[in-house]
Amino acid sequence: MTTPRDFVYTTYIKTTPEKLWAALTNPEFTKQYWGQKNISDWKTGSDWRHEHGDDGHTLITGKVVESNPPHRLVLSWAAPDNLDDLSQVSFDISVKGDMVQLDVVHGQFKEGSKMAAGVTAGWPRVLSSLKTYLESGTPLDTWADHGASCGAAA
Amino acid sequence: MVTDEDKVFKALADSSRRQLLDRLRDKGGLTLTELCESHDMTRQAVTKHLGLLEAANLVVTKKRGREKLHYLNPVPINEIYTRWTHQFEQERLTALQNLKQALEEGEKK
Repeated sequence: MTTPRDFVYTTYIKTTPEKLWAALTNPEFTKQYWGQKNISDWKTGSDWRHEHGDDGHTLITGKVVESNPPHRLVLSWAAPDNLDDLSQVSFDISVKGDMVQLDVVHGQFKEGSKMAAGVTAGWPRVLSSLKTYLESGTPLDTWADHGASCGAAA
Repeated sequence: MVTDEDKVFKALADSSRRQLLDRLRDKGGLTLTELCESHDMTRQAVTKHLGLLEAANLVVTKKRGREKLHYLNPVPINEIYTRWTHQFEQERLTALQNLKQALEEGEKK
């Protein structure tokens, strides 16, 4: 049994921190490019959930560990049927010239975590789709070649 | 004008840099010293290659105390991938893949 390493993803998007924050926290926005809804009041200590865009079942659940709009959001992250396999995701938003830098770190995995496996395939797709969505208004078909809609990033 | 995409392709067009990315894919969060140990390159060469990979956003770093940890960032590669495979072509690629699978499974029977 090994403890999975942290995964770090960075993308630069032509947008504003406020729009990017909304794109991460507004369920109607996340459904557009992620296919799923992120639902919470986004206050530190609150529950949040990642819900299937069509049938509404919960794919990921956790707490809002830190919330500092529109700069930093930290979420605990677990599948509802395996709450012990808990990890943490942080989103850091900063302005770089005329671009906004988004750093996503998915880490603090438990030893033997099954969550880490889906992460590698999931986040790059979600972030590419997010960038395209914010810059062009049209999302990519995020899970087009990934079988059925799944919680892979997630 | 050198675009971000040019930087990505240029950074990928070198086997030493691809080896560094392979190493970071297998194990993220390595220091410069750890990366030097596993490659037959001088520290200066590794530093130079990492600089180009960072400029292309293929490698990102996080500070931990006095150490700088390096991670593979696959997002730019995914953007290149989706540029030529998504939208209208995707359906056909998926159809081809399904056909291939069906044919190969048929052969096993």
